[in-house]
Amino acid sequence: MIGQRPREMRTAARRVRGLGAAHSGTTHFWHQRVTSVAGIPLTIALICIVVALLGRSHAAAVQILGSPLIAIVMLLFIINSAYHMWIGMQEIILDYVHDDKWKLMSLMANLFFVVMVAFASCYAILKLSFGV
Amino acid sequence: MAEFNAGATRTRPLSPHLQIYRPMLTMMMSIVHRITGAALYFGMLLLAWWLVAAASGPNAYANFEWFMGTILGKLILFGYTWALIHHMLGGVRHLIWDTLHGFSPAEREMLTLATLIGSVTLTLLIWVVGFLAMGGPR
Repeated sequence: MIGQRPREMRTAARRVRGLGAAHSGTTHFWHQRVTSVAGIPLTIALICIVVALLGRSHAAAVQILGSPLIAIVMLLFIINSAYHMWIGMQEIILDYVHDDKWKLMSLMANLFFVVMVAFASCYAILKLSFGV
Repeated sequence: MAEFNAGATRTRPLSPHLQIYRPMLTMMMSIVHRITGAALYFGMLLLAWWLVAAASGPNAYANFEWFMGTILGKLILFGYTWALIHHMLGGVRHLIWDTLHGFSPAEREMLTLATLIGSVTLTLLIWVVGFLAMGGPR
């Protein structure tokens, strides 16, 4: 009798929309690609900025990090990386953490960590940019 | 319902996992891509510390610089540089694969080897440039 049961429980409309059980389909997959492409020039820029700042005094570092072009690039790097690493860590958690309780807690911790790191970094950049 | 229950109680075949396969370069690099991603995730704390220290003042910045001057700090920063470059090049490789190119055995080996050699070379290059930017050997 197993062979006679319907292989597909979803309606044709549900299937054609391509959205699975998570109701978001390949959104995260696509966003991970977009942020990885954006991350290439931003990462190269970050490395150049860090190398340029090596060994400089605090006053010089403050001035350079607070200058508009550098600050904009840094903010873009932080926001782009934060979203990319949030999706990435979520994927790792969903792969390895099977216990519901631990899974929910680690998914939450992932979001808290990412928001905390990104917010602190962005706040620091903005403070350096706008002074005081 | 009977059919569904019968299916659920049957022992299902498990897909073979890591210990079944002989280690291959592509497989190792796939694992390394995930490990470097996770390392960079926590490494972002370093960037946050640097920026918050700069925003906090000369004392906080001096603390950060002191830590980065220690052997441990340098080791972490070197590892972070390599992880960043390796994850970036690995990402480029995955983007190439996403376009359905580079899947023949020779091509995928070449791409994978290029990621590894490229990441080590670029990391060393960045550190040489950084060393010279710091004023070279003193």
